[in-house]
Amino acid sequence: MIERFLGWLGETPWSVALLESLYAWPLVESTHVLALGLFVGTTAMMDLRLVGIAFRKVPITAFTGRLLPWTRIGFAIMTVTGLLLFYSQPLRYYHNVFFRVKVVVLILAGINAAVFHVGAHRKALEWDHDTRPPRGARIAGAVSLSAWAVVVITGRLIAYNWFDCDIQPQPAWVNWLAGCAAVLEGTE
Amino acid sequence: MLEPFFRWCEATAIGQAVAQSVWAFPILEAVHLIGLCMLGGALLVVDLRLLGVGLTSQPVARLARYARPWLIGSLVVMVTTGVPLFLSEAIRAYYNTSFWVKMCTLPVALGYTFLVRERVARREPADPHDPGSVTDRVVGAVSLALWFTVAAAGRWIGFS
Repeated sequence: MIERFLGWLGETPWSVALLESLYAWPLVESTHVLALGLFVGTTAMMDLRLVGIAFRKVPITAFTGRLLPWTRIGFAIMTVTGLLLFYSQPLRYYHNVFFRVKVVVLILAGINAAVFHVGAHRKALEWDHDTRPPRGARIAGAVSLSAWAVVVITGRLIAYNWFDCDIQPQPAWVNWLAGCAAVLEGTE
Repeated sequence: MLEPFFRWCEATAIGQAVAQSVWAFPILEAVHLIGLCMLGGALLVVDLRLLGVGLTSQPVARLARYARPWLIGSLVVMVTTGVPLFLSEAIRAYYNTSFWVKMCTLPVALGYTFLVRERVARREPADPHDPGSVTDRVVGAVSLALWFTVAAAGRWIGFS
């Protein structure tokens, strides 16, 4: 059912127009990449503070209070441009191994951020000036740094079609991970 | 005039190795992007503060001091991944306008960051919580504009 919906979505006129456009698609993609500097960049600086290896005398609440709005703007740009890119070729991305890994890790990064904000960050004023934040905060920072690195790397690799369903034979686990069964049944 | 040099670049062992490998170029690109994230963060923390937003509760000099190793570290990552990426497609780069825009802006951005911005950011103001003078704001805005050009032209190399 998801496939039928995404197949329909990819055939809508705006999706086709975006994919085939000379400048719109590259501009959306470039915005997506450049916004990384804002979103992942500011996130990483806060994570380094949480881990305790940078900005050690800058209070945590300065980051979560004053830098976070900029991180959120970055996230908004990433989300809008990311959804547009997905909309331009929904079925292909849906069956792309790197895209699938990216989405899963993206969700994990989101859960990690949420756990931090309802957990360690609630008592942030108690350890605001600690050069070495409490364990929970350090773990949240390290998980965030690793998760976003994986998201960036897999995101970049989505562009490559090495494991796409229409390129066979592939190892069984690749076809399983990419959800190729339905595609392969359809073509045979 | 420079074309023979670019041909030589592409013929180097590294250039050939990257060009002939399936994985090398994508992996180098991905790490180049990780470097871009770190560079963006290290620059923005200071530039936003110079503009009078972001971490305004902190003195500029302190932020610049903390950001510096990450700025330099990210530039090292960018260069060590960028050079082999370039070597693998040097001839294509030679005929690519975006490449030249990037390579002409990059030395300006580097010189500006370490000679001009560094000096302004490291000045200890009388009031450390000074919201930022007009000079500060201009210095921050020029830094953002220069690095934005480098990054945007860099991304556009692949599209043109």
